[in-house]
Amino acid sequence: MTQLFPEKTDDPYLYLAGDESYKCELIEEMNQVWRRPDSLIDTPMHYCPGCGHSIAHRLLMEVVEELDIVERTVGIAPVGCAVFAYNYLNVDMQEAAHGRAPAVATGIKRVLPDRILFTYQGDGDLAAIGTAETIHAVNRGEKIVIVFINNGIYGMTGGQMAPTTLAGAKTSTTIFGRDPSVHGHPLRIAEMIAPLPGAYYVTRQAVNTANHVRKTKKALLKAFQYQIDNVDGTCFVEIVSNCPSGWKMTPLESNELLEDEIFQFYKLGDLKLPGKE
Amino acid sequence: MAKIHGHISINIENCKGCELCTNECPQESLKMSDNINKKGYHYAVLVEDNCTGCTNCAMVCPEAIITVYRQTKQKRQPVAVISNVTENLNINID
Repeated sequence: MTQLFPEKTDDPYLYLAGDESYKCELIEEMNQVWRRPDSLIDTPMHYCPGCGHSIAHRLLMEVVEELDIVERTVGIAPVGCAVFAYNYLNVDMQEAAHGRAPAVATGIKRVLPDRILFTYQGDGDLAAIGTAETIHAVNRGEKIVIVFINNGIYGMTGGQMAPTTLAGAKTSTTIFGRDPSVHGHPLRIAEMIAPLPGAYYVTRQAVNTANHVRKTKKALLKAFQYQIDNVDGTCFVEIVSNCPSGWKMTPLESNELLEDEIFQFYKLGDLKLPGKE
Repeated sequence: MAKIHGHISINIENCKGCELCTNECPQESLKMSDNINKKGYHYAVLVEDNCTGCTNCAMVCPEAIITVYRQTKQKRQPVAVISNVTENLNINID
């Protein structure tokens, strides 16, 4: 008879997965090469299985720990799926009104210039209701990092069309697919703000495969390092993510759709690097 | 090529069964269990002994519940020492 609920033990396996898991006798001699960051609070996240938000949370905390700025980092939580980000990120957090995270970050950075500010926003927050705040914060060249999670849908409210939804995509408000003549064209925020003189570093990354996750981490490291160096401009990191629940797919299917269709429109890579036009 | 041994441990109670790690593993040593955890999800388990500790599964795990271990690189022990090549050849075999 298989054990349905394995019991908690004190060995390095944390919870023994019954008899089916392969057990390694050499584990005492091995080095721990990767573990959950300490700054990520040890609690199950409320995100759907396979959501890219959780990976972005983890990467932020890894970066903050590697740069040793945990004590002086302030994050601004958005409205949307990531509204409870302060339950998971063990740094100083501030909740902002819908779309107003860059404005709040501006205020905090100007009052406390030695703090490292980042905003964490989804596409309903940054690309729809907060477009004006984003553009003006970048145009002023505020010394903050804007992390933009773009999954092309309003995930929290039940899968409605977002400004970033691709043409032809079916959502709960565009049941026959998004028609650009009626609903408008999808908005490429990163391309829009890259020409602004206040933008210092603009990049678009993804979190669907291990290599993309590593590249995203490097981009975040760069963005935070620029802010520590007190460069004159805003760093903008767009992360193209999946939304398995909103797209009505399994996590694996949603990652395939990212590779097949979405990266054709949202091309990955650096859009603006310091010293290059 | 010397094989590097690795190992992972998974906190199965926080696993949500998204199957991203089983898809990403280059050695195909992970699979989804037939059992379920307390939340009702089929959790991921390591079933093969060919893990190399590449951390791909940990990179894509949304819940960050995978801890990766890797064997330290063993220094190569010389089996024979050759010296004094020009005059009279000495070979010492341990």
